[in-house]
Amino acid sequence: MTDPSLLEIRDLHVTYATGEGALPAVRGVDLTVDRGQIVGVAGESGCGKSTLASTILRLQPVNATVTGEVRFNGRDILTMKWGELRAVRWAGASIVFQGALHSLNPVHRIGAQIAEALHVHSSGLGETTVTGRIDELLGQVGLDPERARAYPHQLSGGQKQRVMIAMALACDPELVVADEPTTALDVMVQAQVLSVLSDLVRDRGVGMLMISHDLSVLADLCDRITVMYAGRVVEEGPAAKVFADPLHPYAGALSAAFPRVGDPAARFAPAGLPGDPPDPRHLAGGCSFAPRCPRAADVCLPAEPELVTYAEGRAAACVRIGEPRSPAERSRDHHA
Amino acid sequence: MSLVADPGLVSESEDVQTRTRGYASYLGLKVLGAIGSLMFMLVVNFFLFRVLPGDPARTLGRGRLTTDAQKAAFNKAYGLNQPLPEQFWTFLKNTAHGDLGISIQYRVPVSHLIWERLWPTVLLVGTSTILATVIGVYLGIRGAWKRGGRFDKISTSLSLTLYSMPEWWLGLMLIAGLGVGFWFVPGIFPTGGLHSPDVNPSSLHGILDTTWHLVLPVTTLTLAYLADYSLIMRSSLLDELGEDYLLTARAKGLRDVQVRNRHAVRNAMLPTTTIIALNIGFVVSGAITVETVFSIPGLGLLSIDALQAPDFWVLQGFFLVASAGVILANLVANLIYGWLDPRVRT
Repeated sequence: MTDPSLLEIRDLHVTYATGEGALPAVRGVDLTVDRGQIVGVAGESGCGKSTLASTILRLQPVNATVTGEVRFNGRDILTMKWGELRAVRWAGASIVFQGALHSLNPVHRIGAQIAEALHVHSSGLGETTVTGRIDELLGQVGLDPERARAYPHQLSGGQKQRVMIAMALACDPELVVADEPTTALDVMVQAQVLSVLSDLVRDRGVGMLMISHDLSVLADLCDRITVMYAGRVVEEGPAAKVFADPLHPYAGALSAAFPRVGDPAARFAPAGLPGDPPDPRHLAGGCSFAPRCPRAADVCLPAEPELVTYAEGRAAACVRIGEPRSPAERSRDHHA
Repeated sequence: MSLVADPGLVSESEDVQTRTRGYASYLGLKVLGAIGSLMFMLVVNFFLFRVLPGDPARTLGRGRLTTDAQKAAFNKAYGLNQPLPEQFWTFLKNTAHGDLGISIQYRVPVSHLIWERLWPTVLLVGTSTILATVIGVYLGIRGAWKRGGRFDKISTSLSLTLYSMPEWWLGLMLIAGLGVGFWFVPGIFPTGGLHSPDVNPSSLHGILDTTWHLVLPVTTLTLAYLADYSLIMRSSLLDELGEDYLLTARAKGLRDVQVRNRHAVRNAMLPTTTIIALNIGFVVSGAITVETVFSIPGLGLLSIDALQAPDFWVLQGFFLVASAGVILANLVANLIYGWLDPRVRT
């Protein structure tokens, strides 16, 4: 038997109990991250990608029901005992959270917050060992070790996010989950933070799951990309292929949303996707993307399409792939 | 990596220094503020008693000082015949020397009287504030952490019930139930006084006796103010529960109790600290009622006596001490706040 993958998610369903009925946020997602691999998850707000991230360390809110498997090194996180789970948290897999601005406790010095993670996972560390390690970590993310004595409000957004990255790497995890690590940052700082993060991950050979709505960022950094829509995987494949030559119309729309350098058409025709993602509480049968899809036809309506594997390790969930396009569709696609 | 050129790095060590100085200046500012309030309070304290309706000489004479000569003699003895600015200057000088005047009722210096009556009140208010804070904060934390659970439901409804009870009524009920006894149940606790008349209060027996006497009044004040703290603590902890840094703490592998105590409670204590300090003033006023109900010879009872006499200089002295106490409590709260929350220091 071969070694199990670092992270293997199988048929994951997450449903929130809300006042207005059950809200299925994730519906049957499969995902694999191998050691040293960076996997991207893309999709709009509300497509279930952050919910997916939270279940990896079983951090979903109490009103969520989770079924399926989340195997970390072959062991199922969802059925682990509390003690085991706490040991996996941060030391096995750590998370760089979305809202870096609020993810650090405002009343503790950042050094103390990093030290806390160190102490939780290895008892009896000496003061000098811990201080040395904090200095090293802050240095790696390009911060002055003096900063360990600062409080979060004394740091800029980019510095806070770098502290978060330093903290995520503190216990040498095998997997880092980055949940929209650059959402609140401006473009320059975003580029800095992403390069720090990906460099560190590549240097250490750890696996990373990177969640973003920005397909162009993922295309740059990731080995593989999974595109989610309304809680399901609609396309999966090598990063460059998914971005440059998407199979699923939704992946196509995401990709077209970012202008390409040297393509005047893309630059002058901002390609938004009309409409809003569906309310997961009231999903009609059939393909959930059909109401917004430029290629929707009658064949899309009877049943939700399954993820089908194509050449070069690619998969997509769309019944119309491979069908010839009508001239009208082609002209619409051209503008889209 | 292009991070070396980060302009934020250049001024960092300088930054840290200004921040350390920031804490000292925060303390200095708060102390100055407290002194300012104290000054303002002195002015108010003086003029408040000068604008009160009625002629002190006549009121104090209870109709017996009828002749103008007698009134003039009284006014001269108490300096009331001097112009107001001069009276104020004398008041300031005397107060600075710890001279608060002579009690009309007891014929002893007010400062002695207050000093002697201060300790029972400090004991009563101090003990109940500490107990109410500790129990209230504990109830608030436990309730909020398992919101909607059985503990939360019971403690919240209990808090609301206690919150709506006037302390004098609660005190009377406790006296009736546990002091006098009811039905065939005998009373356990003394119904009033600070200690039994026949014991030396500074002996070990005396201390135990005083403690025994304080059980009911302290319980009354504690129950009356506990609800405030538990409800505030509960709601401010509930506000913290959705915060992202708690998710970070959980993700780090901390136990539930560690997440609660190290991360959530510390932040939720901020509003609670403010409320506790603001409440000290109300607890002092509550102490007046409770001391009256339990006949404890503290400042509260003294002030009631002085009001009935009326004994202006004692009242003035009581106001001074009570407001100084509230200002001091606020100063302490500010210092604790600065220690708890690094953000207010800068």
